[in-house]
Amino acid sequence: MSALLEITNVTKTFPGVVANENISVSVAAGEIVALLGENGAGKSTLVKSVFGMVRPDSGEIRIKGELIAPGDTGGAIARGVGMVHQHFQLVPVMTVTENIILGDEPKRGIFINMKAARAEVIALSEKYGLEVDPDAFVEDLPVGTQQRIEILKALRKDVDLLILDEPTAVLTPQETDELLQVMKNLATSGVGVLFITHKLREVMAVADRVVVLRNGRVAGSTSPRETDEEGLAQLMVGRNVVLQVEKGEAKPEASTLEIKALSVNDDRKHLAVDGLNLEVRAGEIVGVAGVEGNGQRELVEAICGMRPRLSGEVLVSGEATPDMHPHKVHSMGVSHIPEDREKHGLVSSYSIEDNLVLNQFDRDPFAKGWIRNVAALEENATRLVEEFDIRTPSIKTTAGALSGGNKQKVVVARELSQDTRVVIAAQPTRGVDVGSIEFIHNQLIAARDAGAAVLLVSAELDEILSLADRVAVMSGGKIVAILDAKDAERGLVGRLMAGLSA
Amino acid sequence: MAGKKFSRTWLTPVVAVLVAFAIGAILIYIQGADPLKAYQSLFSHAFGSWSGIAKTLGKATPLVLSGLAVTIGLRAGLFNIGVQGQLVMGAFAAAWAGYFIHGLPIYIHLPVALLFGVAFGAGIGLIAGALKAYRGIHEVITTIMLNSIILALVDYLAGHVFQEPGQILARTPHILPSATIPNIFSMPSGFFFAILLAYGVWWVFQRTTSGFRLETVGRNKSAAWYAGISVKRSVLIAMAVGGGIAGLGGGIESLGVIGRFEPTFNTGLGFDGITIALLGRANPLGVIPGAILIGGMRGAAASMQFDAGVAPEIVDLILALVLFCVTAPFLAKWLKSTEVGAKISSGWGN
Ligand SMILES: Nc1ncnc2c1ncn2[C@@H]1O[C@H](COP(=O)(O)OP(=O)(O)OP(=O)(O)O)[C@@H](O)[C@H]1O
Ligand SMILES: [Mg+2]
Repeated sequence: MSALLEITNVTKTFPGVVANENISVSVAAGEIVALLGENGAGKSTLVKSVFGMVRPDSGEIRIKGELIAPGDTGGAIARGVGMVHQHFQLVPVMTVTENIILGDEPKRGIFINMKAARAEVIALSEKYGLEVDPDAFVEDLPVGTQQRIEILKALRKDVDLLILDEPTAVLTPQETDELLQVMKNLATSGVGVLFITHKLREVMAVADRVVVLRNGRVAGSTSPRETDEEGLAQLMVGRNVVLQVEKGEAKPEASTLEIKALSVNDDRKHLAVDGLNLEVRAGEIVGVAGVEGNGQRELVEAICGMRPRLSGEVLVSGEATPDMHPHKVHSMGVSHIPEDREKHGLVSSYSIEDNLVLNQFDRDPFAKGWIRNVAALEENATRLVEEFDIRTPSIKTTAGALSGGNKQKVVVARELSQDTRVVIAAQPTRGVDVGSIEFIHNQLIAARDAGAAVLLVSAELDEILSLADRVAVMSGGKIVAILDAKDAERGLVGRLMAGLSA
Repeated sequence: MAGKKFSRTWLTPVVAVLVAFAIGAILIYIQGADPLKAYQSLFSHAFGSWSGIAKTLGKATPLVLSGLAVTIGLRAGLFNIGVQGQLVMGAFAAAWAGYFIHGLPIYIHLPVALLFGVAFGAGIGLIAGALKAYRGIHEVITTIMLNSIILALVDYLAGHVFQEPGQILARTPHILPSATIPNIFSMPSGFFFAILLAYGVWWVFQRTTSGFRLETVGRNKSAAWYAGISVKRSVLIAMAVGGGIAGLGGGIESLGVIGRFEPTFNTGLGFDGITIALLGRANPLGVIPGAILIGGMRGAAASMQFDAGVAPEIVDLILALVLFCVTAPFLAKWLKSTEVGAKISSGWGN
């Protein structure tokens, strides 16, 4: 096999961090190489160098033997490389079709042939089992759908090498399986694939080879034949990781979060949450299991005051929470780890320090009256960066310069470090490495044990089954069953999620 | 690292100015004059003597304020092009209060007249702010339109309703001594006040919750809303405060320099404010050097013509080039840090 992609001794430093240090990785035709590593290990930086989006300080990148000049953004594309970025590269004000064809539009004369383009998008979407609405505007779409668009865009052109940076972080399990199958098929037909993920199951399922990065260096390489998930985790983190959640018995008390007959519309004004009732007691974790698009997102947003409620109410310790006022809801003791951290959770151009107080910047001790208390801000940031293991050169670093998983940790740290009665965690471990997943899970359990009512919404059924004390199965905008953890057997929950009766 | 960061931040404006002067030199040369002589004359008149410096600082005063007005907008994610109109409105209102109100001692009359300038400038800013907050009309459009409306309005007011008796020019009567801003050691005292204000604005953004609110809205509206910051209110505040500061600049110009309102003065001050704010990289303290530089060039342009035979319009040309050189990279940065730009590149992770 000839090497399609050869990365040799690449080094890249950012102010205060060595993101890549003498890294060498190669991908041969027909081979799937998984790139693993903790948050901030340097995976995205490395693949961005191939695309010229990052300019390495030294080292060589060759595609099909040809040298790619540092910072050459067109070189890789011209040589048949497709890339799905972790950070989406979509134009929000354009439609799905327009985004997918952008850069290589079907023409009729000098005009874009929109009809042909639309048909092409539909065919593409069917071929790969990734469902998209060709006419929707990208800015209205949830992150999962945006991810599908990115993937379709990369698959549209016949590529020889496909680079995927955490493509499955926001996909549903079914979509993930489809994508893994697509990758295998492509590899069989001779395409080389470089694949970044935090999900060890996916690595075990598709990778021919695994390269593990740690602190910007190659920590080792292996293959699924030689190791198992524990072994991979150990190689990544450099210590033993407990993949199984360990938690004590829940001691639930009075119900703290009460959702009564709540109805909510989705963005297209269709009923998404339909007269839903649910209670979460202090000291327990209730996991909402459901196939994506069954109203989970709308439920979370309505609870947190971010989406208008049509009817019904949400009570916290018996007190009604206001509609459409996220900050007031928050002040009533409701912490929220939002699904879309880039939009709501963070201000990328602010320092970590400021992001860690974003929704409490005007409260004691972070402000004394009108004046912000810099000492308290710094003390808070220093403590949380340490406690939540946020990998950053300094607390003054902007959030935008952090790796994806570390951004998530900033949001989690802010929300879980406050004294709260209710924690609403929407996809809390998205894009987070195994070591940090363990940590965030422990934090959620700690919040529970400290007496908070925790509502967990996750696309990962495993996450729900291992964390929740009770599992609420959501289907068609309603809670169709509530099971105690001990009765929530995987097959049963799956059948209920699919809308079948037990 | 701090040093590196500093140099990277200020590299663009310094290079922009140098490039503009270099191109200016070529143009002067083409005109058949000696660029070195022209620049030497420009700078020695602007900065080479106490009287030159006094004149420069006098010219710089309204520029600091108009630069601040633009800066506050930029921080809150708004492009306030209406500083010219806000400033002129303030200049007129302060001058009017300065001649029309009689019988007050200076320590009351002068502040009252200045407050007139602030209030009218703020009012104009508020109109654009309200249209943006409640009607969603882009501030660039409304402020440009307001500029035209106000220029016509004050022309009419100074040329008809409040015209100096017996004048054919459009101008108000001279202000009273009790509304005149005195000089300190023959330096324009308004300048020191403007510097204090720049520090004040800087401090507000650096250390107060109000500054943090405005800035958060400027950088990510969704996150601001989520964090309990009213976007509408912030837009209103940024436009009103910016307009008020611009109006104050106009007031100081009327009461400290011109001594009345005359529409032919004041021209361009607001637009220079845009150049200055961008040169200062939307940093309230950064407007000071830019304002002094541009104030000096404006003040000495006529002398340069006399010494070196160069048309004073060359100063306009150089300033236009500065704006051009400084905007391209700045706008790109600014866009990235605001809603619009963030949207273009929004997504998951990094
Ligand atoms: N533009 C940048 N400016 C400064 N530092 C950066 C920049 N991009 C990345 N870094 C730093 O480089 C390191 C590697 O980041 P990178 O995004 O490559 O990590 P990653 O392995 O992709 O992590 P994740 O799994 O969280 O996505 C991190 O410490 C990050 O903070
Ligand atoms: Mg990454």
